Amino acid sequence: MNWKMSRVVRTVADVMVVPIIIFGVYLIIHGHLTPGGGFQGGAVIASSTALLIIAYGSFGKHKDSLSSLESTGLTLFILLAFLGIGYTVFYNFLASGGAVFGGSVHYGINPGRLDSGGTVPLMNIMVGLEVAAALSLILWMMAKGSDSMDVEEVKG
Amino acid sequence: MNTWFIHLPFLVVGILIAIGLYTVLFKNNLIKMIMGIALIQNGVNLFLISLAYRKDGVAPIWTSAPDEFMVMPTPHALTLTSIVIGLATTALLLSFVMMIKKHYGTIEADKVRRCRE
Amino acid sequence: MRRSVAALAFIIIFAFLILGMSQLRPFGEPENTEMDDYFLYDRDEGSQAHNQVNNVVTAILFDYRGLDTLGEATVLFSAVSGVVAVLRKVKRSQKEVHG
Repeated sequence: MNWKMSRVVRTVADVMVVPIIIFGVYLIIHGHLTPGGGFQGGAVIASSTALLIIAYGSFGKHKDSLSSLESTGLTLFILLAFLGIGYTVFYNFLASGGAVFGGSVHYGINPGRLDSGGTVPLMNIMVGLEVAAALSLILWMMAKGSDSMDVEEVKG
Repeated sequence: MNTWFIHLPFLVVGILIAIGLYTVLFKNNLIKMIMGIALIQNGVNLFLISLAYRKDGVAPIWTSAPDEFMVMPTPHALTLTSIVIGLATTALLLSFVMMIKKHYGTIEADKVRRCRE
Repeated sequence: MRRSVAALAFIIIFAFLILGMSQLRPFGEPENTEMDDYFLYDRDEGSQAHNQVNNVVTAILFDYRGLDTLGEATVLFSAVSGVVAVLRKVKRSQKEVHG
């Protein structure tokens, strides 16, 4: 995809990319309170990448940066899982008392509190980073691959 | 209870899986076969979700919940995992189809088989 | 010949599918729900008491069944590695052919 779409499509894409990314980040960081989480928010952020690829074509070289983001997310997720190894793997050692996300909620129906959950919001952020980078990398590599396939068809 | 009576969500699951299976078995286009595999995946996901439902239950989230009686949360979590895995494998299959299109020049299954011999 | 065998297999699988679906329990009335009630309502080890998390699905994903999520992330990572490897190979062979 080396072509660009028209100016209307490019302008609408420029305007819409930022709200889409903000909505994805909102879904990720409120994943322990409302419907949503790392997977859904990451998929929403990757949809903004799809919008950019449709509007502008697969420009630039982003493969190394995206794959390093993905590896960073996965590595931090595994590290956070193994930090609770004193009890079990995936032990929630930050819940109700830790410094980060250490608040507590009452049993039953409550209005919700962002400062609660222990390691669960942190793992949501890591998985959201990994899924967003992975799906963006898949979309970008497939756009690049279709580009080289068009060249092959014209020449051969 | 009539044993031959099929409840509606299970019937929808059966129809989805049957359409996917028909597409995989009888279509020649590789992209249509991948569509069939995706239909089977969606049928299985819908089956897990419909097994999780309890009558008059609300979504299993306590934040400002309208009621304390909730549906079962474990199949929802496993279905979330299954959806992402299905997405990844579909992307891998589509990139394989792109490779086949580049090397053989076609994505019809029988023509690819003829080209290889 | 091939298509008739496929049609026979399709009819048999579809018949077993409908037969199995007709013998299930009624929709919306599960029988064994002890594990899910433990995750939802337990006052000592449930998702609100143990993890301080309101969203029970997220609590199951990242705490009770975290190893499943780890395996899922690994599957996603290896699928992305496969996509990158396959499409890189396309570009390299094209370079070898054309110059």
